[in-house]
Amino acid sequence: MAAPRFENPIVRWIDYRLPVFTFMHHEMHEYPTPKNLNYWWNFGSLAGFMLIVMIVTGIMLAMHYTPHVDHAFDSVERIRRDVPFGWLIQFIHMNGASFFFILVYIHIFRGLYYGSYKSPREILWILGVVILLLMMATAFMGYVLPWGQMSFWGATVITNLFSAIPLVGEHIVSWLWGGFAVDNPTLNRFYSLHYLLPFIIVGVVVLHVVALHTHGSNNPLGIEARGKQDSIPFHPYYTIKDMFGLGAFLTIFCLFVFFAPDYLGHPDNYVPANPLVTPPHIVPEWYFLPFYAILRAIPDKLLGVVAMFAAIAVLFILPWLDRSPVRSARFRPIYRQVFWLLVLDCLVLGYIGSQPAEGWYIHIGRLATIYYFAHFFVILPLLSVFERPRPLPLSIGEPVLGGGSPPPRGAGGTGAMERA
Amino acid sequence: MAATADGAGGDGVTRRDFLEYAAGGMGAVGAAATAWAFIDNMNPAADVLALSTTEVDLEAIEPGQAITVVWQKKPVFVRRRTEAEIREAEDTPLDSLPDPEADADRVQKAEWLILVGVCTHLGCIPLGQKDTDEKGEYGGWFCPCHGSHYDTSGRIRKGPAPENLPVPPYQFLDDTRILIG
Repeated sequence: MAAPRFENPIVRWIDYRLPVFTFMHHEMHEYPTPKNLNYWWNFGSLAGFMLIVMIVTGIMLAMHYTPHVDHAFDSVERIRRDVPFGWLIQFIHMNGASFFFILVYIHIFRGLYYGSYKSPREILWILGVVILLLMMATAFMGYVLPWGQMSFWGATVITNLFSAIPLVGEHIVSWLWGGFAVDNPTLNRFYSLHYLLPFIIVGVVVLHVVALHTHGSNNPLGIEARGKQDSIPFHPYYTIKDMFGLGAFLTIFCLFVFFAPDYLGHPDNYVPANPLVTPPHIVPEWYFLPFYAILRAIPDKLLGVVAMFAAIAVLFILPWLDRSPVRSARFRPIYRQVFWLLVLDCLVLGYIGSQPAEGWYIHIGRLATIYYFAHFFVILPLLSVFERPRPLPLSIGEPVLGGGSPPPRGAGGTGAMERA
Repeated sequence: MAATADGAGGDGVTRRDFLEYAAGGMGAVGAAATAWAFIDNMNPAADVLALSTTEVDLEAIEPGQAITVVWQKKPVFVRRRTEAEIREAEDTPLDSLPDPEADADRVQKAEWLILVGVCTHLGCIPLGQKDTDEKGEYGGWFCPCHGSHYDTSGRIRKGPAPENLPVPPYQFLDDTRILIG
């Protein structure tokens, strides 16, 4: 990995003093990437793109927004009606939050399916879970800022989760609020933190990428790349593949931004906050619904809160719950099925979270909650012992280019020549 | 390493070790004291804490009616209970309550029930103040967020809320006026 020679003398002059070009060449062009990545590997870079979009649109919105209980709601409406292109930037930011979660959830389930959390990528995975938690905190506080009914009551319910902590719970809640109820001090600090956290996320994303580049991407086969014939440079091959995915993603994203900007929102949030009236049916944004369902499935306040946080925390220890040495679900006949059951279970939890807590919904919510935890604490550890994985290919190239024996004459062309 | 310039004692502990621990300890205390300023900074400010009281005129409230007043930015339920409601609250056996409390301990005059109207589960405002509201299975209040039922003494009977609706500090100024706070 010798330092590359740059033709441009200015680039060479700069690079000698600050080797940014060497760094980029090393991390983008030389960086060997498994050659068999499918489109599920697009979602990491898409999420990174979305983070930048959210920061840029957020900075623009902050120029017009007023963080005060008497003016916040009106200032957001003003952005949408009077500020030049305010409607566009606000719709991008508002829908961007939802799509950021869609991308990240797909990214996480891709990691679950292909075993991307297994050695040596445990820290990479844990940093990803940290990013998810930071995203949740940021999204929650951002949703409070327009100061509609859902903003206010969402803030009330979520901050009250901390009152479940024994002894100090009430003090913590009053500390979070800066008062005796969700009020102006709460709005102000949420605004401050909502501006801060995205930059913390950027920092953790940098660590996430450093950890990624240490051992490289996992791949659909879940086996390590063995030498040159198994990998291709990230640039231009995957930059172009990511660009294509970005185009497809933006097409869908723009459909929402331009034609259905409020589809993912809730009409109650266009009613200004009223601290004396709780809307009859309050629900969080869709991306919190599965966790909300787990909270409500348990009839005890403290245990409900613990279970909700545990539903995310379990991801931290996932690399040690799933001891199977095989990464990819392609070679794990049973895991492959329970993976889809988990996906289905999360969708059921999401649906239950959107429904009132009564009748059959409660029972289904409880069963789905039990299954969610059983997946991680019972099924995965058992599968690690009892599942018989199918034989793994010898290399990434083998399934395409044939077995370990030399490829048939005249079949492989130059590619086969290089292999030899 | 006999006694040298750093003054090592027989047990191998030097003056330098002592200075390092002492200085490090003071540094930690200072850091913690400074951190507290930043943590306490987020607690309710003096103007928020300033003891606020709310005076309520009870004259216009008929038996069976309830009004909501604001005290410390929180809704307070003032309900004039009917004879039947009082009897129901008093006759409820304490061992059937998740948070056992006698009705007599929750009121100063049996007719007047005064409660902080914030669900003890996650802080929603329970329904039951208006005639048209759903009052839950025990004729008191019903929280629409997560389905907690309160009885005619504001005690939790069913649902995820862990505690009874709290009774705020209040006093009767005369027969028809109370001061909350």
